[in-house]
Amino acid sequence: MKIPAIGLLVLLALPFVPGMPSYWVTLLDMSGIAATTVIGLVVLTGIGGMTSFAQASFVGIGAYTTALLTHGGAVSPWLALPVALILSGIAALFIGLITLRLSGHYLALGTLAWSVSLYYLVGNLDLFGRYDGIPGIPPVSVAGYRLLDSRAYFLLVWAAIVLSLLATRNLLDSRVGRAVRALQGGTTAAASFGVQIFRARLLAFVYAAVLAGLGGWLYAHFQRAVNPTPFGLDASIDYLLMAVVGGAQYLGGALLGAGLVTAANDQLQDLLPRLIGGQGHYETIVFGILLVLILQLAPEGIWPHLIRRRARVRPIVDVAAAPTRELPAPGAPVLQVQKLRKTFGGLVAVNDVSFALNAGEIVGLIGPNGAGKTTFFNLLSGVATPTDGEIYFKSEAISKLSGPKRVARGIAKAFQTANIYPDESVFQNARLAALAKVQGSFALEPFRGSRRLREVDEIAGAALEQVDLGSVAEVRAGDLSHGDKKRLDIAVALATKPEILLLDEPVAGMSIEEVHKTDLLIRGLAKRMTVLIIEHDMDLIMGISDSITVLHQGKVLANGTPAEIRASSIVQEAYLGGYEDTLAPHAPGAP
Amino acid sequence: MDADIFLILLQDGVVNGAIYALLALSLVLVFAVTRVIFIPQGEFVAFGALSYATLDLGRTPRSIWLLLALGAAATVCGLWTQRRTLNRTALAMLLSETAVFPLAVAGLVLWLAPLKLGVAVEAILALAIVTPMGLLIYRVAFQPLAEASVLVLLIAAVGVHLALVGLGLVFFGPEGSRATAFSSANFTLGPLSVPGQALWILGFTALLIVGLYLFFGFTLHGKALRATAVNRLGARLVGIPTADAGRIAFGLAGFIGALSGVLIAPLTTVYYDSGFLIGLKGFVAAIVGGLVSYPIAATAAIAVGCVESFASFWASAFKEVIVFSVIVPVLLWLSLRSGAPAEEE
Repeated sequence: MKIPAIGLLVLLALPFVPGMPSYWVTLLDMSGIAATTVIGLVVLTGIGGMTSFAQASFVGIGAYTTALLTHGGAVSPWLALPVALILSGIAALFIGLITLRLSGHYLALGTLAWSVSLYYLVGNLDLFGRYDGIPGIPPVSVAGYRLLDSRAYFLLVWAAIVLSLLATRNLLDSRVGRAVRALQGGTTAAASFGVQIFRARLLAFVYAAVLAGLGGWLYAHFQRAVNPTPFGLDASIDYLLMAVVGGAQYLGGALLGAGLVTAANDQLQDLLPRLIGGQGHYETIVFGILLVLILQLAPEGIWPHLIRRRARVRPIVDVAAAPTRELPAPGAPVLQVQKLRKTFGGLVAVNDVSFALNAGEIVGLIGPNGAGKTTFFNLLSGVATPTDGEIYFKSEAISKLSGPKRVARGIAKAFQTANIYPDESVFQNARLAALAKVQGSFALEPFRGSRRLREVDEIAGAALEQVDLGSVAEVRAGDLSHGDKKRLDIAVALATKPEILLLDEPVAGMSIEEVHKTDLLIRGLAKRMTVLIIEHDMDLIMGISDSITVLHQGKVLANGTPAEIRASSIVQEAYLGGYEDTLAPHAPGAP
Repeated sequence: MDADIFLILLQDGVVNGAIYALLALSLVLVFAVTRVIFIPQGEFVAFGALSYATLDLGRTPRSIWLLLALGAAATVCGLWTQRRTLNRTALAMLLSETAVFPLAVAGLVLWLAPLKLGVAVEAILALAIVTPMGLLIYRVAFQPLAEASVLVLLIAAVGVHLALVGLGLVFFGPEGSRATAFSSANFTLGPLSVPGQALWILGFTALLIVGLYLFFGFTLHGKALRATAVNRLGARLVGIPTADAGRIAFGLAGFIGALSGVLIAPLTTVYYDSGFLIGLKGFVAAIVGGLVSYPIAATAAIAVGCVESFASFWASAFKEVIVFSVIVPVLLWLSLRSGAPAEEE
């Protein structure tokens, strides 16, 4: 049984808890009605990356449609429902057609103007009862039973929520849904993925409007009267607030946000005028400040934090899935290499190298071609086994351990030539790495399979975000630029949650801009892990490293800070063959 | 409709349009520099107008408490974000902006307000109260989000708008106010009777447009702002502090909003929430200008003002509907012209 399903069942039971005041049941109804509308915003804003201020207008269209059709008992509410949904959809189609080709803020501003315009239009037309609205809307009947009581009505609201959730999940899992998802974070990526951006946007917009229309239908038959106020711009802003508070990217967030904001709205409307004195919508002050604070402090909303907290309550999941590594104190030795030796026949590639790596450092490993750098890396990562010597990872001897086991301990390597599955999506690549990480515990918990997969997705997603590839997650990995491939390779390493990250020529072949980006990336990573890096780009390595080790013909030639290495005459002579300008590229008189 | 009415409506439209033009300029400026679609622009108008009207009555506008509160919040924010880099100079600069200046303004207002020193002093005091709010709001609300997407910034702007409207109600109450005009003069021009205030509005608009032109064209700060507008990262790479550019832009937005408010306060009754619709009309103009062009936005603003004044003559109930529907053909045209979908942001 999945958690969301349990949550929904609890929700269903809530109004029927003995002693639950009907006042709170009414609030639950209002929250639920708002939630159907906000679920639309999750698709539109949270997942599609578009902001609309017309969501309440579409609620209004749904509400007024059913009000006009059913008041006086002319048409059954059930017949009015499809009409309400279709009209909301058509209105959205119209607005979408003229704004969605333009960049995102035009949709926001266009819907803002539309929202104001519609409010005054409805408020001034006799057909819609002007600002007084339309009273006398009949209740919904189910099998002859009229849903007049707020408890009974909650069943209808609840059914609408469940249907909306199911439909939305199916939509997002479908091919079109993936296109909508690809929209977020930049349309260029989506375009290169072959998504027809305009159509995907339009779909998301219309879908959100149809859900809003459903919310409007529910609202009209709950209140049994409509007037323009609940469908104005302020209401649209409230819906947006609900989405942002709950977590615009999560369906659960829509429910949570709708509930919290509806309840807070109600309580504050009561409380604040008493505190401040006088009459007025003082709750907007709190909401406004809250909105800004949430965007600043928890832009992903409250929902994901709840999910994470729950995982902490049940440590068994956390521990088994992804052992949270405690980072050793900065400066504590994490890797010690003693007299490491690797020979290929008569060739001594690595010649009794001793070396230590302390937590939180960025250490550069340089040396001319054939100095043994890559072999040394392979010995560390377990791709090759040493002929002699020992490697200690936090005082555990690991030279006999296989590569995957070392990965499990927390040593990950990004390769010199990017080592990715070109036919899989970027996300799938990161996912495979994360999957490899947690696979061991799969067998132990067969019942938590899907849960585990979600965790895998989270780890993979986080790794991609770290290297700034989140926006191209759905792109085929083989289609990435060279620089992005190399960063994907780093993400793959990160998805294994390493403590030590080995980078083999991370910027080879990159443009200056990409080098700069990678430079910043590595510096960022070093805050959470230890980085050992082979690189020929002297500017990068001199700038980024805390200390540098120079290998020459399989031996450690020198060790020191970048400044010391740069000044070292042995290094200049042996490593550079006397061509000192390479190490100091900006020295005066350089050719 | 005869020619006289036509001219009167036109005059009305042009005067209102001039205010929308000021706001449109400010909106374009803020968007270009910081990517913030500054919905609360109109609140500065209302605050400016109401502060001025309150001073005009010889009372102390309670907006100074908002200024002080914003200053305190900005001080805390500034100290927190700069906690690692703070040295004596930076601290002095921060405090002079977030604490000393607001306190000085508040003190001055408390001292001068009861004296009723005339419209000039009152107008300047109103400007001094509202202008720094723009800057402080940037520090508190938008600077921490500087790297966020346009849409996140927009939602934050809506949050600021909500808070300011609510605070406007707290500070100024639900009643509207109207202030004394700068000049009681009235000029007769054929069938038209032109109030002196209208000329003040047109004059200030022209002055401000010329001023902005000179500022952007010929001063280092102005050029830095333009550079930031063109390319934020590039500007930073050549050493332009983009956060400063954001503060200047918001300070200007506060100033322009407050000035608009002071200018319209004698012409129309302003309520605590009047600013929003006025600001939105500035938006309609700014959108027509594609959020990039100052001259087109200013021209469009005059057109919006005229549409509004004629609409209020023919179908006053639908005035807002008509004004805001102007945006539809514009968006349609922009959309058809763009053809391919635009980049996000």
